[in-house]
Amino acid sequence: MTEIPTMPVPVTIKAIVQETPSIRTFYFDPAIPSSPGQFVMVWVPGIDEIPMALSSSHSITVQKVGDATAALFTMQVGDRLGIRGPLGNGFIVSGKTLAIGGGVGAAPLLNLVSAGQVSTFLLGARTKDELLFAPLIRATCTLRIATDDGTAGRHGFVTDLMDETDLADYDHICVCGPEIMMVKVLDRLQKADIAERGQFSLHRYMKCGIGVCGSCATDPHGLRVCRDGPVFTGDSLLETEFGKYTRDASGRRVHFPPLHPETPKKPETKEE
Amino acid sequence: MITLKPGDVEAGGVGLRNHLILAAGVLGTTGASLSRMLRLGAGGVVTKSIGPAPNAGHHGPCLIRTDCGLLNAMGLPNPSKNFVEELEPLTGEPVVVSIFGGNPEEFKEVAGWFAGQAQAFELNVSCPHAEGYGAAIGTDPETVLECTRAVASYGLPVWVKLTPNVTDITTIGKAAEQGGASAIVAVNTVRAMRISTAMRRPVLGHRSGGLSGKAIFPVAVKCVWDLYEACSVPIIGCGGVSTANDVVEMMMAGAQAVEIGSAVVDDVRVFERIGRDLYAKDGHAADEIVGAAHHD
Repeated sequence: MTEIPTMPVPVTIKAIVQETPSIRTFYFDPAIPSSPGQFVMVWVPGIDEIPMALSSSHSITVQKVGDATAALFTMQVGDRLGIRGPLGNGFIVSGKTLAIGGGVGAAPLLNLVSAGQVSTFLLGARTKDELLFAPLIRATCTLRIATDDGTAGRHGFVTDLMDETDLADYDHICVCGPEIMMVKVLDRLQKADIAERGQFSLHRYMKCGIGVCGSCATDPHGLRVCRDGPVFTGDSLLETEFGKYTRDASGRRVHFPPLHPETPKKPETKEE
Repeated sequence: MITLKPGDVEAGGVGLRNHLILAAGVLGTTGASLSRMLRLGAGGVVTKSIGPAPNAGHHGPCLIRTDCGLLNAMGLPNPSKNFVEELEPLTGEPVVVSIFGGNPEEFKEVAGWFAGQAQAFELNVSCPHAEGYGAAIGTDPETVLECTRAVASYGLPVWVKLTPNVTDITTIGKAAEQGGASAIVAVNTVRAMRISTAMRRPVLGHRSGGLSGKAIFPVAVKCVWDLYEACSVPIIGCGGVSTANDVVEMMMAGAQAVEIGSAVVDDVRVFERIGRDLYAKDGHAADEIVGAAHHD
């Protein structure tokens, strides 16, 4: 566990890259040293503070989903943000690793790719233009692609690519994406009897980020996504709220739509 | 160091497994989280403060660590009546439901939802950063008396958690006592703020908030001390407790039990850790220790 930070560290935006029509990477200085899969609380002054995965030690990769990310999207090079972090546990891998990313969920996995720790990457997106980091990933490891509309790679879900992959060949399967996607991945791993090899990066509403307030506590074990996670092994997620519901800012349960039938659905990303 | 005899405890009308209680607002938004803290050694738990309507709380940053404590302005986020289902698996456990409202009627309404579940109520008349609630209520003795009386009508123990942000805390303590409180809890957070010099603005989204943790322990000890001198109702100490010696010190000032909150930031197993140091078979009976520093 890294030391719990005190005041937010001011960073200056040095570059903004439009990755896809809905996703931007904000490069900042100074860098925040971190392990792959750790996250930071990003303070957008005057607006809010939100949890964000680090896509590198000096970047966050963001999809516009709510007020704070919309405000972030109005920011320019030279503007300042406050960063608290790195926070959480991150992915811990050795040997041969399969990464599975959906949508903006590829962001925390990029750090793992950059560290040379991924053998094969299954990348999914709604459509070709929304594929995130494909050239960067392809330069480092084997990349396989699926799109919901079939405009690139396999026509279908990233989980369909799993059916063409020998999962048992991998020591670790690191996963980040919409929860509905991740629960399907866990289902595949469970069927292959290797749920414990899965490492899933969860997204829950967070207020404090340091394990005190309890807003991201999960059922039934009361584990905190911000401090005990955000990465949890697949076996620890069986028989939990994972894939069933999340909570809003007040703490009320918000149920995910039922899993079946398996038709493409736009994932609901909760920011507030 | 002075140790206590282990065993069940009764404080403020509530049966507890030991003298260490999880404070309100910390890991208390879900039933599962409260269960975890009981499993990890808390003698009892106080829930997140529940109010008349679901509330998202203030914009962030909501909580930051400072050099010697935590600074927060959560803004009373809570799921309101939906919290009833969270507590269902905790029936019979030592759970105190923290409630808030804007007037005695709201306090009574919210308490009514939990009258079959709670071992006791803790009235939040002390949150320093929620307009119209918390300390806005708890700095007026007459309102504290009326809110306490309204909730006491359910026949369950009522704890009243006081703010240290007043000139004389004993006038509020006496008002709670007159309203029928079974215990007074001292104290809630101390008004505070930090400014980000780089951003040239207050760091909390709400600008100012409340300080908890080690920094306020001496403030809390003084408040417990004064209340012990002025009131006869039991006192639950709260504020910056992070070691077994802190517990004994707070008890010598007059507390029958203590609440622990911010110390979980360093160790989620803080209750087990303190319990290991605090209790010994040849330890003192608690009633030898409570108020022991007040002789002469």
